[in-house]
Amino acid sequence: MSDQADKAGTTVAKPPPWNDPFVRSIFFQVVAIGLLGYFFYSIFDNTLSNMAKSGVSTGFAFLTREAGFGILMSLIEYDETHTYGRTFFVGLLNTAIVAFCGIILATILGFVIGIARLSNNWLVSKLATVYIEIIRNIPLLLQIIFWSVAVLQALPDPQNSIKYGESFFLNNRGLFLPKPIFEDGFGLVTIAFLVAIAAIVYIKRWARQRQEQSGDQFPVFLTSVALITGLPLLVFLAMGMPISWEYSALERFSFVGGSNIIPEFMALLWALTMYTAAFIAEIVRSGIQAVSHGQTEAARALGLRNGPTLRLVIIPQAMRVIIPPLTSQYLNLTKNSSLATAIGYPDLVSVFMGTTLNQTGQAVEIVAMTMAVYLTFSLGISAIMNWYNKRVALVER
Amino acid sequence: MSDFQPHPDLAPPASTVGVIGWLRVNLFSSPMNTLLTLVGLFIIYSLIVPALDWAIFSASWVGTDKNACSHDGACWVFVGQRLDFFIYGFYPKAEYWRINVVFVLLALLIIPQMIENAPYKGYLGWFFLIGFPIIAGILLLGGIFGLEPVPTDKWGGLALTLVISFVGIVAALPIGILLALGRRSEMPVIRTMCVVFIELWRGVPLISVLFMASVMLPLFLPEGTNFNKLLRALIGITMFQSAYMAEVIRGGLQAIPKGQYEAAAALGLGYWKSMGLIILPQALKLVIPGIVNTFIALFKDTTLVLIIGLFDVLQTVASAIVDPAWPEVSTEGFIFAAFVFWVFCFTMSRYSIALERKLHTGHQR
Repeated sequence: MSDQADKAGTTVAKPPPWNDPFVRSIFFQVVAIGLLGYFFYSIFDNTLSNMAKSGVSTGFAFLTREAGFGILMSLIEYDETHTYGRTFFVGLLNTAIVAFCGIILATILGFVIGIARLSNNWLVSKLATVYIEIIRNIPLLLQIIFWSVAVLQALPDPQNSIKYGESFFLNNRGLFLPKPIFEDGFGLVTIAFLVAIAAIVYIKRWARQRQEQSGDQFPVFLTSVALITGLPLLVFLAMGMPISWEYSALERFSFVGGSNIIPEFMALLWALTMYTAAFIAEIVRSGIQAVSHGQTEAARALGLRNGPTLRLVIIPQAMRVIIPPLTSQYLNLTKNSSLATAIGYPDLVSVFMGTTLNQTGQAVEIVAMTMAVYLTFSLGISAIMNWYNKRVALVER
Repeated sequence: MSDFQPHPDLAPPASTVGVIGWLRVNLFSSPMNTLLTLVGLFIIYSLIVPALDWAIFSASWVGTDKNACSHDGACWVFVGQRLDFFIYGFYPKAEYWRINVVFVLLALLIIPQMIENAPYKGYLGWFFLIGFPIIAGILLLGGIFGLEPVPTDKWGGLALTLVISFVGIVAALPIGILLALGRRSEMPVIRTMCVVFIELWRGVPLISVLFMASVMLPLFLPEGTNFNKLLRALIGITMFQSAYMAEVIRGGLQAIPKGQYEAAAALGLGYWKSMGLIILPQALKLVIPGIVNTFIALFKDTTLVLIIGLFDVLQTVASAIVDPAWPEVSTEGFIFAAFVFWVFCFTMSRYSIALERKLHTGHQR
């Protein structure tokens, strides 16, 4: 009986090949690959024929040609005689510096506002809420253009600069600061700084081991602060203060000497910081609120004081909730820095995808290179944050 | 034995109730708190009071040209005089009624969606997604039914912003659904394709996508086919937005318990039927707040089209403030544009929060 059923089952249950899920899935995937291949082939073919028609050569040879245009701000040496390849790195570094400064400032401001929103003080928490609700709901591009056009271009001209003492000048050409000039022996100060960092890492490990063995605590934080400020300062004084300042001075129409932060950079950094801080503030608030009140009570029951409760119990747990969305805000900030194009800050998109593309016409190569840079930034930041996230994530047995 | 006569309760101390009590608890509960309150009051006094004075009390409201504006406060006359340009762009004046009809229709279709238990909500919703874009397209473009054709390079202002964001969201939704399903597919090739597509678009800034759409798209197509600037921007925005939409919808798909998939399979439904009838209706309902949030982001991102030369609200304002007939009105112009965006985005975000509360009743304590 059962044998018969089995026999019948095996013969009947075998579906025809067009109904077999395995065969079907192979078929669909082959079709998909075929379509995708045809799609790319036709794009490739069209592009080649279109480019041949408009007389644009393909390939990356243009990177070694002379660029012939100036760039407003450059962290590396650059002038008109450098190559197009060099413009790529100038733009890349300009993007990197604005993203780096923006991430640091937005994190600080965002944490302050996020904590202010949770404050017991009614006025402070309402002010923080108003800030968040206004800034979050206005497009970033509008904010960038507003700061650039309505605020920074409205600053006085160099003759009537706003002054802070005789060394800081703010006018419509930007912010002028004294420039540090490092003399012989400053290298030793840097070495002292690195030594201090190494010492702190060592002390932290030693203090942890000692606490695990004997239970005695060691004031790691205070020691670290003392080391990281004290050691370089001692070397600095011992070397006879090997630093001098070059001040900006007004000459006829403009300032000469010192270092200059261009207004486009200030507008972009300011708008990016304010905008991203509003989002980070919300992330911080929800992260802290996500830690259940029982955790605070449990910490109190163990006899922890306010500071250690916050440091050892609340913040580590809040960070777990905060890190993933914070990562995506960092990525957003990096990508949003490309809006610099609208106000003429020479970032990667503006310099390379804008001017260089217009001059060479190498659309495919340039767009591909630019996109590759942003993809690398994105994947890089998310890799670092994933590594950190793994470290702070809940370890379950 | 006399009855026990309790005295009436004493009133609570004056310092713990009423305005004084509230002030003590909320503003002056500790020295630190008092300091914070004073800092807050200082911020209000030094920032918000002058801003209000500039924007409202000292502002010039009526007039027809720049002479009507005093320089003590904001010059809202400018915004009033150029309002048509900010809303309709370069659209011919005689045809403004067409845009107005589209605006009214849009409002009439959106309002029932916000009201609970509105009649024919479902049908109106489908009409909103399928019928309305066709009607709006005919009205705005013209060219048939005796309507004068208006080329897209005449479009601008708020009308253009709304067109871009509406098309962006309506076109991105189906593509996003397909991508999300593809990313959860069991076929490795399909899954890889979807993952690469989604991560590629999400990893690059929208502005480079727009650049690509305006510079590279003409290169990709066979000779002779030519898109206008608006269509190119719309294609770029749709691709970009569908990647974000796919991630939102994937969140919804992952939230559906496995039992639902198994139940659909047990009923003998095939893949598309089980998705279309069982899984997607539940998943999409879960992610409506997420979709609204994506829409808010898209709405703010539409400002980027000014970089490839389209006249959205921000660009109409930016080009109006450099008009020599109106000197020194840049702040007023930008604040007007900011206000327009703020009203739209704030309303939508409140709606999304309200929906979230309604949908997540089970998790509330």
